Amino acid sequence: MKALKFKKNETTVLIGILVFAILIMIIVNPGTFLTSTNLRGMAFQLPELGILTLGMMVVMITGGINLSIIATANMAGITAALILKSMEASPVLGFLLAFLACIAVSGSIGLFNGVLVAYIGITPILATLGTMTLFNGVAIVITKGYVISGFSPLVLYIGNGSLLGVPFPLLIFIFSALIMSVILGKTRTGFSMYMIGSNSIATKFSGINNAKVLIKTYLISGLFSGFAAMVMISRFNSAKSGYGNSYLLVTILASVLGGVNSDGGFGKVSGVVIALVTLQVLSSGFNLLRVSSFLTTAIWGFVMIAVMVINHIIDTNKKVVV
Amino acid sequence: MKKLLKRHETYVFAIIIIFGCIITSINPNFLTLENAFDLLKSNAFIGIMAIGVLFVLISGGIDISFAATATIAEYVTILVCLEIGGSMLFAFAFAVLIGIALGAVNGYLIDRFAIPPIITTIATMNLYYGLLIVFTKGRWIYALPPYFRSFADIRVLTLYTENGLPYGISIITVIWFVLMILSSLLLVYTRLGRSLYALGGDYVSAKRVGIPVRSIRVFVYAFMGAMAAIAGIVQALLVQTVAPNSIVGKELNVIAAVVLGGASLSGGVGTVAGMFLGVMLLAIVQNGMTLMRVPAVWYDVFVGIVVIVSVGASSYKAKKSKATSVIDIQEKDSTTCDALQAQGGKQ
Repeated sequence: MKALKFKKNETTVLIGILVFAILIMIIVNPGTFLTSTNLRGMAFQLPELGILTLGMMVVMITGGINLSIIATANMAGITAALILKSMEASPVLGFLLAFLACIAVSGSIGLFNGVLVAYIGITPILATLGTMTLFNGVAIVITKGYVISGFSPLVLYIGNGSLLGVPFPLLIFIFSALIMSVILGKTRTGFSMYMIGSNSIATKFSGINNAKVLIKTYLISGLFSGFAAMVMISRFNSAKSGYGNSYLLVTILASVLGGVNSDGGFGKVSGVVIALVTLQVLSSGFNLLRVSSFLTTAIWGFVMIAVMVINHIIDTNKKVVV
Repeated sequence: MKKLLKRHETYVFAIIIIFGCIITSINPNFLTLENAFDLLKSNAFIGIMAIGVLFVLISGGIDISFAATATIAEYVTILVCLEIGGSMLFAFAFAVLIGIALGAVNGYLIDRFAIPPIITTIATMNLYYGLLIVFTKGRWIYALPPYFRSFADIRVLTLYTENGLPYGISIITVIWFVLMILSSLLLVYTRLGRSLYALGGDYVSAKRVGIPVRSIRVFVYAFMGAMAAIAGIVQALLVQTVAPNSIVGKELNVIAAVVLGGASLSGGVGTVAGMFLGVMLLAIVQNGMTLMRVPAVWYDVFVGIVVIVSVGASSYKAKKSKATSVIDIQEKDSTTCDALQAQGGKQ
């Protein structure tokens, strides 16, 4: 009961900050923030980071971390791009093959991470740091550092098209968020993920196969990187190693801001989505003010610290702290 | 326990020797004093940051913000030096003060508000780095104060190549080694150093034994800041320009080097000697690839493999040795700490 109350409070703080951020942005950008151009812009920018963040959060719930999500996405994106380029004669078949290859590559990297963590027993941060460096390297070797660009309209539609007026990438993001919340909230595996994050020794003794659950976790994380990869190559109309590297730490930030406990065991998709929208509101709002994107980064960091401090104060006042 | 701990460093050393043999057999230039001195000079920058990272890891924390701290200390110090003149000693002192201040903020946030170290330092990294770029507008500084160049050229020992070109042990290498020796003494012989291991081994026990946990945690992150600041100045000495974006992005490599040297991310384990070997291992991989004329694009692939294989081997061994019972893990971990502390006392 106590835990439930405390969680409710965290979400309240989060929604409060979101509303506060929106209000401030409306006040400082009168007439520009609440325009359809800006809102559509936000809807197009959010999904990449959003899908990657979902891939990060699922791992963090088990108490791990996945530093290789961006490297995985780039690797999958480059594979897809190579197939798309070599099959330019038949765009539809090429697209299908590229999509399958993208999922296969991202899934295999996720699986590899899972094996390193679950069976070899490497700390997640190191295992994924290793695979991050490795696959960044492989991506550079494959592309020789060059950009692969120019895709068919079919591919471009994923990242830039709209369906019934709703940006297509936003639909992909909503779909991914739904899948993730079903996995986490409704399946046995999802429940085990939370439990492993809380106490992995207890789960072992309750007959849960920790290794199997962890492997599934990293596999899912990898697959989400694959989805993000399709959106990324379509939005940039190109693939290259090193795209989106700056997203890596932001995904951790967004997850934690959304209430995911970095020690594992807690976190909901809804919280993460609210956190993502908050970050996007801040970044779009400051962009309208023509403030440097680096100031936005600084403010993200500041908001992060503020939220953690507020949560801590609520915690201590409620005396929920053990 | 003592033997096992020793074994890790010998392990890394053995890998270095093997790499060394392979590289030398392909390009004999690897095994020359000139190359060795050069490696020790150009990696001093990474190595000094690694000392700070080692302290943080031993205490059971992690720091992602040190690269941002290093850049800020470097940039601000050089701006101030250009403005008021100053001297090399002043530059180091001023940078260290900035580093300590920024690091102490991390330590205070982590301890006072119980925010996990990785989150705190990612947040402060964004904050520090973002503000730095906003204020500097990303401008590079090309004209350093003249004493930066003359100081960087000081050699403690000068030898000449066959062509008459001078080379030798740079003052930068000396700074790195002095810092390593001092911090090694601090870790092994002082109460503060032993408390770090105790804190990383078991936070709750350390608190109950009466170790001033808050001040030690603030100290650790402030120390990290100081090391990062010195590294920042060393970086300026090495490249003779200051770019606000040249250090940020290297933080994970430094952490990887320290972990390769045997420090554990769960705290309580690690030595300066191991850290040195870890830094040199990555340095030699990079240097060796250049000497063997392997295209530079392969560098990340090799580093990734080295990290996965070497960390994987030791993790797998550790996992095998305690696979029998889960309860044992707990007991073994606590005896590990005891043994460590006992061993520290003996040394």
